[in-house]
Amino acid sequence: MTRMVPTIGARKRRATAARQHLGSPRRSNRRSWVGLGFVAPFLSVFALVFVAPIAYSGYLSLYRTRLIGGTTFVGVQNYADVFGDTHFWSALARVALFLLVQVPIMLVLALAVALAVDSGRLYGAGVFRLSIFLPYAVPAVVAVLMWGFLYGPQFGLVAGLNRTYGWSIPNPLGPDLVLASIGNVVTWSYVGYNMLIFFSALRVVPLALYEAAAVDGASPWRVIWHVKLPAIRGSLVIATIFSIIGSFQLFNEPAILRPLAMNAITTDYTPNLYAYFLSFSGQQYNYAATVAIVMGAFTMVIAYLVQLRGMRGMGDR
Amino acid sequence: MRTKYSWLAVLSAVVLATTACSQAETPSPSGSDPDAALAKGGKILVWSWEPTLKKVVTAFEAKYPNVDVELVNAGTGGKQYTALQNAITANSGAPDVAHVEYYALPQFALAKSLADLTPFGAGKLDGTFTPGPWNGVRQGSAIFGLPMDSGPMALFYNDEVFKKHNVKVPTTWDEYLDAARKLHTADPNVYITNDTGDAGFTTSMIWQAGGRPYKADGTNVSIDFSDAGTKKFVETWQKLIDEKLLAPIPSWSDGWNKGLGEGTIATLTIGAWMPANLESGAKAGAGKWRVTDMPQWTTGGKVSAENGGSSLAVMDKSANKALAYAFVRYATTGEGATSRAAEGAFPATLADLNSPAFVDKEFTYFGGQKVNQVLAQAAKNVATGWSYLPFQVYANDKFNDTVGKAYVSPTRLADGLAAWQAECKTYGTAQGFTVK
Repeated sequence: MTRMVPTIGARKRRATAARQHLGSPRRSNRRSWVGLGFVAPFLSVFALVFVAPIAYSGYLSLYRTRLIGGTTFVGVQNYADVFGDTHFWSALARVALFLLVQVPIMLVLALAVALAVDSGRLYGAGVFRLSIFLPYAVPAVVAVLMWGFLYGPQFGLVAGLNRTYGWSIPNPLGPDLVLASIGNVVTWSYVGYNMLIFFSALRVVPLALYEAAAVDGASPWRVIWHVKLPAIRGSLVIATIFSIIGSFQLFNEPAILRPLAMNAITTDYTPNLYAYFLSFSGQQYNYAATVAIVMGAFTMVIAYLVQLRGMRGMGDR
Repeated sequence: MRTKYSWLAVLSAVVLATTACSQAETPSPSGSDPDAALAKGGKILVWSWEPTLKKVVTAFEAKYPNVDVELVNAGTGGKQYTALQNAITANSGAPDVAHVEYYALPQFALAKSLADLTPFGAGKLDGTFTPGPWNGVRQGSAIFGLPMDSGPMALFYNDEVFKKHNVKVPTTWDEYLDAARKLHTADPNVYITNDTGDAGFTTSMIWQAGGRPYKADGTNVSIDFSDAGTKKFVETWQKLIDEKLLAPIPSWSDGWNKGLGEGTIATLTIGAWMPANLESGAKAGAGKWRVTDMPQWTTGGKVSAENGGSSLAVMDKSANKALAYAFVRYATTGEGATSRAAEGAFPATLADLNSPAFVDKEFTYFGGQKVNQVLAQAAKNVATGWSYLPFQVYANDKFNDTVGKAYVSPTRLADGLAAWQAECKTYGTAQGFTVK
């Protein structure tokens, strides 16, 4: 590992050398302006589509507009309200549960498929890889509608099975099962995507490592455990972080399934759905902005913790 | 450095230019005479999902060649209100005229999004419309829209299903419950009706039963789902839910149309605008459906309620309110209303409601029945004294979160209504209302 990824120490040394090469402080000052020119196109777009909306949400979150009484400055009152809001906490608890159950299942499946494709023992690996990836290419709206029809307890596949075989499969769109049903749709959509991340990481593992393992007489399982998994650890962490962000932002699937399961998928089902209904149904734009900011901060903290934990010790090995 | 400043100059020029443009577009004060506005002409944008308006627009433009009307379907019901609310908040893209249902009118009126139509002479139209819809568009002395259609409730039933199982068409809600049991026992695929929790239906049912849960007087609002009328409805409906006599099929879904066509959904208690929807959605049911009075809470009673129904309203920010009003007046009274009634809309105008052409029309879908006779009578039987919340659009979105639980879990309907009441109270209080 050390040879492939330059350690932080090595990078630092090179950076210091570069600085010394620059000479007088005045010249280095001018150079920094040139650098700004290069990043300016990116920065301006970044400011427009990223910083500005966040800043505007931050501004909105300090006010409160009411049907009676108009707009008033309320300071951090909206934030205080979010922390005491049972709707918000139940939504957050729901996506946290989703995260703890669905993400491990999805990532383990994706990893298993990636290892199988990479093993070289699979017949028609290309077709296999493509067909696993295909659901990701289906637009989320189409995928959810399709699953919605399959789940349909009256006229869908479930109804058909129940009627034909006399089974009594419980309603997948009922309040007890709908979260699992959503998890199933998300897993179906994203296993291929994550598989591709893992597979591409596996492709760049140097052959020398496999040769060394073969010389040492390692079994295929040992190769997986001691060569492949450590080699794709970075990708595993990235995929986990993406999945965490995706779970906390769960919106499309419940929003599209909602017309089929109005009583099960409530307006506060996930934090994003809650923010959506707050602003577009209740015109509580200020409070919705606050929910969005709190949720964003929360997601960042969790993702950062996972990254810290996941990357721990990677630099020194 | 020079380059940087010239960038700034370009940017500010662009900003100034855009502001200048938008200032040029701000409405100039216009006269309040709709006839003068018609003569002068202009262009207005209308948002509506009402299909019968298409012909009206064509006829209107032919009559007043100076006027250009753009009719846009911006979504049905709640979807359109969301779009409208966004356009109002963004202060751009809002139409001049919007289709607003009676239940949503108070919310938009309160937010001062709708123009008061009395300065344009709307007060003179008193006596043109049936009382229910006319009350629905007025608040105090202000008039916030003109009634486009109305939805007095009646019982639509599949006669073939009732005949086949030898069950009597119910005239009271007790008989209705009894019929529900008999039909479902005779054929487990047949349900008396479908219901998965619908705010509009539930409030209309409470309306007919004599419940008056909402009282709104300016910023003072009271919500109470424990009055006697509400209790009558809750008791009967809880039995239908407990005994699983309601088909768990959402209204307006494909499954709903299928059930209505094939006879697995035997009745609908719904607004008078339903015939055209049955004809187009449930073609397989042609010839089998009939219409009769809504079941009653007391034997021999004659009470109905409004279910849906909508008005055309003029937006307060419209640049040409007089012209917008002129179109609304044309579409809701006189020629416009008559043309729409002929197209299958249920009129809110007394003249059309009483016209022989309307009342004596035979519907082949309903086996030749003169359906409008029943519906016109229902319009006259609508109980008075009902009002919606000034934030009913929001309240209805919260219905399935709370009352909906009664349909899919052991939660009782009465508890669901209490939870709904609490949610609405919290929201109303947060919005600055005094809620009791």
